Order: sequence, then C-alpha cells, then structure tokens
Amino acid sequence: MDPEIIREYIPIFTQAFILTVKIGWIGIALAFLIGVLCAFTTYFKIPVAAAAVRCYVELFRNTPLLVQLFFIYYGLPAVGIRISAEVCGAIGLGLLGGSYMTESIRSGLEAIPVIQTESALSLGMTNGQLFRDVILPQAFTISVPGIVANVIFLLKETSVFSAISLMDLMFTAKDLIGLYYNTMESLFLLVIFYVIMLLPVSLAGTLIEKKVRYRMFGD
Amino acid sequence: MGFEVIFKGKNFIRLLSGLCVALRISVISVAISIVLGIVVGMLMTLKKPVINAVTRVYLEIVRIMPQMVLLFIVFFGFTKMTGSNLSAELSSIIVFSFWGTAEMADLVRGCLISIPVIQYESSKALGLSRLQTYVYVIIPQIIRRLIPLSINLITRMIKTTSLIMMIGIVEVLKVGQQIIEANRKSAPKAAFGVFAVVFLLYFLACWPISCLSKYLEKKWEN
Repeated sequence: MDPEIIREYIPIFTQAFILTVKIGWIGIALAFLIGVLCAFTTYFKIPVAAAAVRCYVELFRNTPLLVQLFFIYYGLPAVGIRISAEVCGAIGLGLLGGSYMTESIRSGLEAIPVIQTESALSLGMTNGQLFRDVILPQAFTISVPGIVANVIFLLKETSVFSAISLMDLMFTAKDLIGLYYNTMESLFLLVIFYVIMLLPVSLAGTLIEKKVRYRMFGD
Repeated sequence: MGFEVIFKGKNFIRLLSGLCVALRISVISVAISIVLGIVVGMLMTLKKPVINAVTRVYLEIVRIMPQMVLLFIVFFGFTKMTGSNLSAELSSIIVFSFWGTAEMADLVRGCLISIPVIQYESSKALGLSRLQTYVYVIIPQIIRRLIPLSINLITRMIKTTSLIMMIGIVEVLKVGQQIIEANRKSAPKAAFGVFAVVFLLYFLACWPISCLSKYLEKKWEN
C-alpha cells in the first residue's frame, strides 16, 4: 500500500462520503415518515388504506433494494417518469426503509395490551391523553431496538447506489480500481469511510437502546 | 408497456434461469451459514474471554460493513494480494457465508441464552450428563425457536444475492439488461416491463418463504 496514493485519494473519497451520507440520511428520514404514517394506518385499521399498506410492506420487504432501484431508475423512464439518480436513491431507500419501519413501529403499538386502552378510557382520559401519556411512550420504547437496527441496515444498503451511477463510495472505489489499478489503497479507504459512517451510529444505537430501556423499565 | 418482450422467444426462460443462478448461490451459502452459525453460536455461549473477544469483533464487522464492500474486498482484494484468480461465484459464496454465519450465530446465541439456567441445573440434579441435557432438554426447545428464524435468513440471503450482479455474474438483472439492449429498436419501452417482471419474480421467490416463517413462528410460539 502506498501512503502517497492514499493521501491523494482522500479528497475524492470525502466527496463521495458526503454524497452517500446525505442521500442515506434523507432516505432514512423519508423511511421514518412513511413508517409512522403506515403504522398508524394499520393500527387504526383505516379501511382500504390499511390493506394498501399491507401490500406495500409485503412487496418492499420481499424484494432487494437493487431491483427496486433498477425499476425506479431504468424502468420508469420508459413510461415517461424521469427521476435524477440522487432523488431516485433517496426515494428507493425511503420506500424500502418505510416498509421495515412500518413493521417495527406497528409491532410496538400492538404490544400494548388492550386492557390499558380500556382502563385509560374508563379513568376518563380523552383519546389524545390516552395516546400521548399511555400508548406512545411504551410503544416507542418497544420499537427503538427495531428502529436502530433499521437505520444501520439502511445505511449499509446505500452501497447499492453505485448501480444507478450515483458517485457514492462504492462507485468511486470501483472507478479508481478500474482506472489506476490501485486496488488495495481504494479498498482500504472504502472500508475506513464505511467505518466512519457506521461505527458511531452502531455505538450510539446501543447507548440509546440502553437509555430508553432504563427510563422505561428501570433495568 | 413493454411486457410483450418477455414472452418473445426464450426470454422468459432466460430470466428464470438467471434467477436460478442467484437462488443456487443463496441455497449453498445458507447451508454453509446454518452449519457454521450453530457452531459459532455455541462457542459464543462458552464464556471464554478469547473466543468472546474474537466473535464480538467478527459480529461487529458484519454489523457495520455492507455486504457489497465485503464482496469487493474478496473479489478484487484477494486477486490483487495473491495474484491468483478467485471466480466471482466462489467469492460471492465466501462473502455470503461469512455474513450468514454471523447472523445465524447471533440467532443461535440468542436462543441458547433464552433458556433459563434453572433448566440446566434441574437436568444436572436429575443426573443427566451434559450430552443428555443438550439432546433431551435444550436442543428440542431451541429448534422450535430457530427454524422460523433460519427460514427468515433464507429470504434475506436471496435478497442479498442480487448484489452478485455488481461483480459480473450473469443473473436475472443482467439477463434483463441484455434483453432490453437486444430489443432497443423494436420495443423501446421494454425496460419498464422487464424490470417490473424481475421485481415480481424476486417477490414470488421470497414472499412464500417469509409467509412460512411467520406461520411457523406463530404456531410454535409456546
């Protein structure tokens, strides 16, 4: 490995890193939004919409992101819907993540026994109070480990973006290997930048899980 | 909409055989992962500091490294380091087994530590040997919890194997691209139809397996 080459490549990789992180977190924010909306739709059993959400969740949980991106990026333009690679990456990640987030949030909501709803209502709580003070705090605690796992999973999935010619970390590494044949240096930087991207999230995730658990259950 | 291209000539059979390439690699990788995962998972419950440290690092690597990066390291890095050529299919099996073993080991460990200590103690008090404790008491309980989870691992493996396209293996996405290229003039809208069908094929491959996993999990809940 040549340290000179590594120093030369760092700015190129930094640029790719910023792009990857940006699109990744936009996608995750989108996924969370979709997840919350869809989870509440199924929780309240809104007719038609709940069935549509089920179809969406099953469809996107059972297909790979690569195939979804190919469909959005290469398939849709054939019928006149043209989206730029960056938007396509964020939307694809958002749709995939949305289906996973829906499941995590929904399982948290459904874990609260019905008797708590009944008790709260019999104590004279309004629906708003019931939700804000009884259901949401508990449901959120139960959902947190799932949500953290999803965030890490989605950040890892960003490596697929190179397939739709987004200049992300993976694409940059592949490009440099192809152009200059500095395989080891490119792979080394690729690993380092993914560690920078994911290790803090992984550590923070474990910490958040512990904190939330402690506040809720005290152990 | 470009669906007619699918049924022209042998195109549909070609797509299916492309999917079979991905499925074959996932089946091989899952088989290796389950066997190795059970061994590693059991090692992890032994409470030996060295083994614990090694497996923790191993799990953390798999947790934070995208499979695609691992694939690149094995496929490009190994070739560069040793000068010998590792076929794309072999490198993908190595990487997916490496990943699957960690996932499986974590599941096995989770199941093993979910068995209350009192059961081990009771078996000992009843005079069962260590082997008898495992064969008659622990393993039957673990299997019921483990089977739905390992079936779930199969669907995740199938989804992950779609990545092999990126190191040049001709699988269903690549075949799809070839069909689109070949029919560029006669069917300009083929991209929509072909990728919609690929999307559906993956769904049809994974969905029944996820349903089975969910059904077994519910059935064996207690």
